[in-house]
Amino acid sequence: MKVKVISRSTDVFLRETKQQIHKVFRNYDPDLHPFETAREYTRALNAVKLERVFAKPFLGNLDGHRDSVSCIAKHPKQLSTIVSGAFDGEVRIWDIPRRVCLRQFVAHNGIVRGITYTPKGLKFITVGDDKTVKTWNAAEPQLGEDEEPVNTVLSKTVITAISHHRQKAIFATAGEVVQLWEESRNEPLRTYQWGVDSLHDIAFNMVEANIFAACASDRSIILYDTRDNGPLRKVVMKLRPNKMAWNPMEAFTFTCANEDYNLYTFDTRNLNKPVNVHMDHVAAVTSVEYAPTGKEFVAGSYDKTIRIFECDHGHSRDVYHTKRMQRLTCVHWSLDNKFIISGSDEMNIRIWKARASEKLGPLRPKERNALQYAEALKCKFASHPEIKRIKRHRHVPKHVYNAQRELRTIKEKEKRKEANKRAHSRKGTVPHVPERQKHIIKEVQ
Amino acid sequence: MARIRTPKKSVNKTQKAGNKPEEKVQNLRVNKGSKKYNLPKELVEKYAKGNGVNLKKVHTKIHKKKIEEKEKQIKFAAQVAAQTEVLLTEQEGHLEAGDGETTTQFTQSEIREHVDLTAAAKTFELKLEFGPYRSKYTRNGRHLVIGGRKGHVAAFDWVTKRLHCEMNVMESVHDVSFLHVETMFAVAQKNWVYFYDNQGIELHCVKRLNKVTRLEFLPYHFLLTSCSDEGYLSWLDVSLGQIVSQVNTKLGRLSMLTHNPWNACLCLGHAKGVVSMWSPNSREPLAKMLCHKAPLTAVHVDPSGMYMATAATNSEVKIFDVRKLEGPVQEYKLISSAGHVAFSQKKMLALGMGNIVEIYRDCCTQAAKRPYLRHRLNSSIGNFNFCPYEDVLGVTTAKGFTSLLVPGSGEPNFDTYEVNLFQSKKQRQEAEVKALLEKIQPEFITLDPFAIAEVDTPTLADKLEAKNKLLHLKPPKVKYEAKNKAKGKGGSANMARNKKIVQEAATKEFVKASRQLQPAEKTKPQPYHVLNRFA
Repeated sequence: MKVKVISRSTDVFLRETKQQIHKVFRNYDPDLHPFETAREYTRALNAVKLERVFAKPFLGNLDGHRDSVSCIAKHPKQLSTIVSGAFDGEVRIWDIPRRVCLRQFVAHNGIVRGITYTPKGLKFITVGDDKTVKTWNAAEPQLGEDEEPVNTVLSKTVITAISHHRQKAIFATAGEVVQLWEESRNEPLRTYQWGVDSLHDIAFNMVEANIFAACASDRSIILYDTRDNGPLRKVVMKLRPNKMAWNPMEAFTFTCANEDYNLYTFDTRNLNKPVNVHMDHVAAVTSVEYAPTGKEFVAGSYDKTIRIFECDHGHSRDVYHTKRMQRLTCVHWSLDNKFIISGSDEMNIRIWKARASEKLGPLRPKERNALQYAEALKCKFASHPEIKRIKRHRHVPKHVYNAQRELRTIKEKEKRKEANKRAHSRKGTVPHVPERQKHIIKEVQ
Repeated sequence: MARIRTPKKSVNKTQKAGNKPEEKVQNLRVNKGSKKYNLPKELVEKYAKGNGVNLKKVHTKIHKKKIEEKEKQIKFAAQVAAQTEVLLTEQEGHLEAGDGETTTQFTQSEIREHVDLTAAAKTFELKLEFGPYRSKYTRNGRHLVIGGRKGHVAAFDWVTKRLHCEMNVMESVHDVSFLHVETMFAVAQKNWVYFYDNQGIELHCVKRLNKVTRLEFLPYHFLLTSCSDEGYLSWLDVSLGQIVSQVNTKLGRLSMLTHNPWNACLCLGHAKGVVSMWSPNSREPLAKMLCHKAPLTAVHVDPSGMYMATAATNSEVKIFDVRKLEGPVQEYKLISSAGHVAFSQKKMLALGMGNIVEIYRDCCTQAAKRPYLRHRLNSSIGNFNFCPYEDVLGVTTAKGFTSLLVPGSGEPNFDTYEVNLFQSKKQRQEAEVKALLEKIQPEFITLDPFAIAEVDTPTLADKLEAKNKLLHLKPPKVKYEAKNKAKGKGGSANMARNKKIVQEAATKEFVKASRQLQPAEKTKPQPYHVLNRFA
């Protein structure tokens, strides 16, 4: 007779001293882990609820400006530094982690229209309504020295925007005409004109660094090349694009923030039809900027909200708002992909988390694993109605809510009217126009 | 996209695997390194997650690619899980007879002599006077609660023999059950169900559970289920204290209750030889199985939810495949009828006949010739349970409680995160919170526990039914409240007329809406005729 029964000795299964952690024994036999799917679903539901519970994106604000913030520039090398310009001509340099203003001075007579850092971050250049382009040292002046620009250039025309080349010491300005400048010269290298009376935004491509584009007041976006004498191409839209941003990872993609409440992502190779139309704002979109990953972008609008979009999605992933935040003038995505900086009409600069429920600071391995597991579960059960509903639900201010409803009825009405028209006309006289083509007038070579 | 995946282990497959002792070795390449792991096919099948998505039915390229990637990951996870089997530390128990011996002839005292002291201490006998008794173990098998018909209730840690509480409730006790932790247990007394903590303090008395005969606890759903003398079946959510559902089964007195640990459905045995399966979501049984042509005496489902054993008064015992609701897989004819059946974690089957317990090994996939063990008690059996994660069968009788050693009946390796056998108080509290957080909603109790992961597509029959229902609906009654009119403008006649107008408008709209649902009648294009234009 041979016999063996289960007999567990406690010293194998219990920890020896209280300083040790508890011993863990695993057995992955599926029979010991019943209701796998139902439990995973419950965990996913909890995870998605917790995500909404922890969604507290607002981190803090930088106040000090005495007029609305007009523009902001990020330091290309330091995450903690930004410089902002205001409508009263004042420029301030901020330390974000401490939330203090490091320097402040009046740079221009009139509105500061644009700011940009030089690629190494040693200097920054401002343009203002006084037709001047001023270069400033990024380092604080010595004790007793006055705040003086390193260089001041008086332009012949009004300047409303500025953008710096990614590597070279050249920058471009927009205004009555587009001008290309060398940092060390006081005359523009080149001037571009295409029968337009004014341009209001300009941006250099970050991958194909010689390409840049500008938004013009004739509702067009014009592409330029620094190596060329004239502009390349333009696309004319039904309503004015306010601002544009290049995708930092895809050279040929850019997004423009439009007056018609939408954002349009274009492929430069085919401008007569946008790749995607991003809807959700309920007022003119005033600013847009890409995340450094190139997968998402943030848009600020006249409807007092910030929305975050995924590049390939037509609707926003998140919306940020506060009671006191007014019309947005500029938004930026920090270079570590974690924060969003917004400047608005009521003189404040705000700092937000890029992912509303993300935990900041270092994570313990266990914590990280748990979060990754939750993320995977949410992804797995994303299409379940309950989970989808909770994940999508956002509270928006009353005016936005009402405006959304109004827009919806307007759109429904238009759709219905078109359908009626189509039903009562000869076949083919009222064609279906896709949403992507509705807002474009033409592409001009 | 929701995954569609139902690991339905068919009995036939396992049977095949059981019959073939030579293992087909499958070569599995894990990672891209040079290491090759040889896993037996059985092992891979045990951890496999089913066939996965039929890629031929996925039309878009990108989704096909995505699903393919996911399938790969799932397969890899299953392989890795199968590989962890080598890390398991404990060995299964076993009992082997020598030449000319059978395992049936070994008595408990012989087994006790041949095992170590700690294991030998697991056999004991309690002589009690308030019987017949009933007992239940906790989920980790450390604690035991017993209740005698004459009111004696006791809870204790049976391994250390430390008594938690002992009392006489001064009423008849019909059944006892632990809740999710060992600090609380429920007792079905003469009229109502009472809850006690481990000090014997009465926590609750649930008067809505009336004349309960049997109690079962569903640990993942936090549901205490009970069946009553009056034919009621009820599910009580112990985390909220609410009755989730109470159903009149209309099947008379209920005295056989067990739950299927695989899908949390309740199985009731009836005198007509039928086993009915219930979920709290329907007033009707989900399934009914005619198992015997004689009144049933006992029903039990094995812990993996694959087999169901039923015993009837015609001294038959049958084993069914409860996942497919098919069977019987095995049929046994005994000398006398079995009054009790119980499965162990390793699918051993205990049968109770009068005062004799017989235990069968490998009785589901093949016909067992003779019992594995037999034990005669000195009085008739009340009930018995295999202790989870131990080689122990706890038998209650009319005159006490006996703990028997059954080598090889229990799962030797436990999972700390699921059930911890060596739990400290802090760990228990933590685990309780975790378990409550992932409490499964009672709506998920269905015959197929993977239903939640399936794509919800209404069948054609469902669609037609919904449409027909809508067509034969009555138009909704409009609640009309007249506005307060100026004096002289209103009047009851006016009001009645207005009400009629509103009701008629609503009816019109309703008819219009329901007409849209009907398929448009297809008119055949008539052959052209010159005179058609004047038609």
